[in-house]
Amino acid sequence: MKKEIFFTLNGKLVNAEVDVSRTLLDVLREQFELTGTKEGCGVGECGACTVLINGLSINSCLMPILEVESADVVTVEGLADEQGRLDPVQEAFIQHGAVQCGFCTPGMVMSAKALLMENPHPTEDQIRAGIAGNLCRCTGYIQIVEAIKAVTEPTRD
Amino acid sequence: MTEFANVGRRIPKVDAREKVTGRASYINDLKLPGMLYGKILYSKYPHARIKHIDISKAESLPGVRAVLTGYNIPEIRVGFMKDNTPLKKGKVRNWKDEVAAVAAIDPDIAEAALDLIEVEYEELPGVFDPVEAMQDGAPLIHEFDPKGRPATSNILKLPWNLQCGDMETGKAAAAYTVSDQYRVTWVAHCCMGLSGCIAQFDLNNNLTMYSITQIPFLAQNDFNSALAAMGLKGKNTRIINTVIGGGFGSKLDTHIYEYIAILLSFKTRKPVKIMFTRAEEFQYQPPRQPAIIDVTQGCDKNGKLTFREVAMLLDNGAYTSWGATTPSVMMVPISSLYRVPNISYTAKSVYTNNIYSQAMRGYGNPQATFALECNLDQLAEQAGIDPLDFRMRNVNQPGEITPQNFKITTCGLKECLEKVADGLDWTHSQGRGQGRGVGIASLIHVGGGARVYKSDGHGMIMKLDDFGKISVITGAVEIGQGSETVLAQVTAEVLGLRTEDVNVIKGDTDICPWDVGTHASRQTFVSCNAAINTAAKIKQQILELASRHLGAAPNELDIKNRMIFVTSDPDNPERQMELDKLLRKVHYSRQGRMIMAEYFYDPPNEMLDREFKGNLSCCYAYGATGVEVEVDKETGQVKILQYYAAHDVGRALNPMLLEGQIYGAAVMGTGYALSEQLIVKNGRVMNDNFLDYKMLTAMDYIPVKPIIVEPVDSVGPFGAKGVGEPGCVPSAPAIANAIYDAVGVRIKDLPITNEKILTALKAKADKGEKSLSESG
Repeated sequence: MKKEIFFTLNGKLVNAEVDVSRTLLDVLREQFELTGTKEGCGVGECGACTVLINGLSINSCLMPILEVESADVVTVEGLADEQGRLDPVQEAFIQHGAVQCGFCTPGMVMSAKALLMENPHPTEDQIRAGIAGNLCRCTGYIQIVEAIKAVTEPTRD
Repeated sequence: MTEFANVGRRIPKVDAREKVTGRASYINDLKLPGMLYGKILYSKYPHARIKHIDISKAESLPGVRAVLTGYNIPEIRVGFMKDNTPLKKGKVRNWKDEVAAVAAIDPDIAEAALDLIEVEYEELPGVFDPVEAMQDGAPLIHEFDPKGRPATSNILKLPWNLQCGDMETGKAAAAYTVSDQYRVTWVAHCCMGLSGCIAQFDLNNNLTMYSITQIPFLAQNDFNSALAAMGLKGKNTRIINTVIGGGFGSKLDTHIYEYIAILLSFKTRKPVKIMFTRAEEFQYQPPRQPAIIDVTQGCDKNGKLTFREVAMLLDNGAYTSWGATTPSVMMVPISSLYRVPNISYTAKSVYTNNIYSQAMRGYGNPQATFALECNLDQLAEQAGIDPLDFRMRNVNQPGEITPQNFKITTCGLKECLEKVADGLDWTHSQGRGQGRGVGIASLIHVGGGARVYKSDGHGMIMKLDDFGKISVITGAVEIGQGSETVLAQVTAEVLGLRTEDVNVIKGDTDICPWDVGTHASRQTFVSCNAAINTAAKIKQQILELASRHLGAAPNELDIKNRMIFVTSDPDNPERQMELDKLLRKVHYSRQGRMIMAEYFYDPPNEMLDREFKGNLSCCYAYGATGVEVEVDKETGQVKILQYYAAHDVGRALNPMLLEGQIYGAAVMGTGYALSEQLIVKNGRVMNDNFLDYKMLTAMDYIPVKPIIVEPVDSVGPFGAKGVGEPGCVPSAPAIANAIYDAVGVRIKDLPITNEKILTALKAKADKGEKSLSESG
């Protein structure tokens, strides 16, 4: 069954006719061709598909598309500003070696972003809890945690 | 030391920007016009005869474009022993067996079509234990060998046997001896990117594979053989690598799903994509191989090792991948970790109805080193010598030739052990009490390529453009490790450019020169050596051309920061020339020319001979890991309080990327030690998801401190050795040794779960009570 929905996607109001059985992840990747949001498991266990919905980090693979009606959705493609300047979280990931194969990276960046929006100066424990739902096989998480820490340092404000 | 402009610097990965913005395109993200979606029907039994397959209902489902089985495709034999086929005929030998495949216009229809395929089986008794599989009367997994000759046993005709020195002398000289058995089990690579490919034929029946392989040129060879079997002899395969979501050895074989995509694409004349789900990844992607390892080592009264005897039994599963050759790399630590004059190593692989395995980071080394380094601690205890001191008495030295004929050039093992011990405050640490303890383990791995094929070569082409930018065209595969970035750094260093002036072109067998593959921690070593040699030829051409303009001989010129200058008169602006200006002069002149060069680097290492001896690598990477753990005696929970990872890397070309390899490997190795295992019951993987397969998360804080030891090696690029795999090798034994130090129980089978620790603690307590009551 198809239905038309409206929501905000990366700052712009969008509409789409969607198959109601689809998830937000399907619609982002297939209809909006926003493939930055990755599917690593499809069942909410790896975090690669994390996006922001109304400022909270959500596994988009678990989000029925109809639930997104009127919501504010931000994907990794929506983080850079209009001049293409990267978000400080993205920049920190680059500078601290937090990226290897990069498959978990978009989801990891979005979880970090959600954490920092809620708590701009998290402790290391809070950072680790904030990305606990995002699996990474390459980095051992260490440089990712360092990157997020670096964003919170007051000197970088 | 010379100050380098690019080498040795913490330069971010050149592909990081694409990856943090979500622009990097993985196989999941790729779609071709008219593309169909392939899905695979797997066996319903671990061992059964296929009586009948009915595909008629599936074929008539709207949207289905092809349904293939073993009965309507040509015979294609694949795998290291050619004992596997894309779709099975006659019988299935494990749950992974591919019985049928569908191509349809969307994945849902393909999935629905699988449900309509009717397969009638006659179940056969299975064998899931390699020891049972060797016994007389055990069900034969393969009744015939790949050449059609009747088989009589499940034991593979792939024996491994290394004998060095004289075991009798070694045993006679031993004052102390320890024998024990160790077991390691299946663990999954858990690449975050799922497996997949797209196969596409052109009108001339040449194949293009969009692929995530780590071995594009060997895969090309495999697929060309498949084309020949399909009646397309002489047709060619072009492999195009997408961005790869993790490798760790999981892409060193060509996989069955890839052959199925090729067959479906040929049948339908459309591009066909097959993408795994995570459950398929766990169930059907071959994991790291399990082994039962018997080790005996002996030392004299001074703690000098006199002999080492290792016998290994490997569960091969139902088919044979390249992973079956991991015993060759297990020989590296068995023969050459510490100085052991007399060595005996045998390994046997046995077919079972279990999942088959493949290579994974370390290629057998983590399994072998776990057994050796646990046993070494037991021997040290028996000899009454401190484990660190014991290792120091047997430590490898630069310049030695090991019993397997490895020529050790540089060797930083002693320094690694000292630094790890310093970090742990070792002298005061033994028996810290309160459930805390320390443990240490060392490693050796190939660090200068590994001649596992006749060639260990790497071809490279470079060309300079009008604007002073250089294209480095390489067969190296970037799997996240950063080979692309270090290649850019090294090229820039040789040519006096900046890293950002280098554009690495990769991932296309039609364009890139030949390379053996990204395995054996070799890519930085071989490709950067190729880059140094290619760039030197480019530089020579530049200086020859510039000499006409600058009035000096080529050997009086140099390039720095994209400027060509006279070395004796470096600050004279009249005798300098910008590189791009020179290039334009060269291009826009009569009888103009290009500046291009190529080089094929094949390292001076040797293939193992019939006795499995030879200088496999042209230098060796050493390292040591030391950990402090705290074991909760109530819950069996192990906490890693300190983790020092010292690595002899020759030279750190990019310390940030190097640390990334060490961190990632240490955490992967800790998972191997404590939490990860595929639970396999009657051949079936029972935990095919991330909730039940315990990969470490960010909440498992492993405080890894990398220690970089740099005994610059003359054969390495700027002195560097390979480091991709070594970090995960010594984690498990170091942790096992620390647990023993902490609570006095030795767990000899991985992973060391809370449950195993509690059971062992209870057994120890019961034994203590018993002996107390007996003596009372």
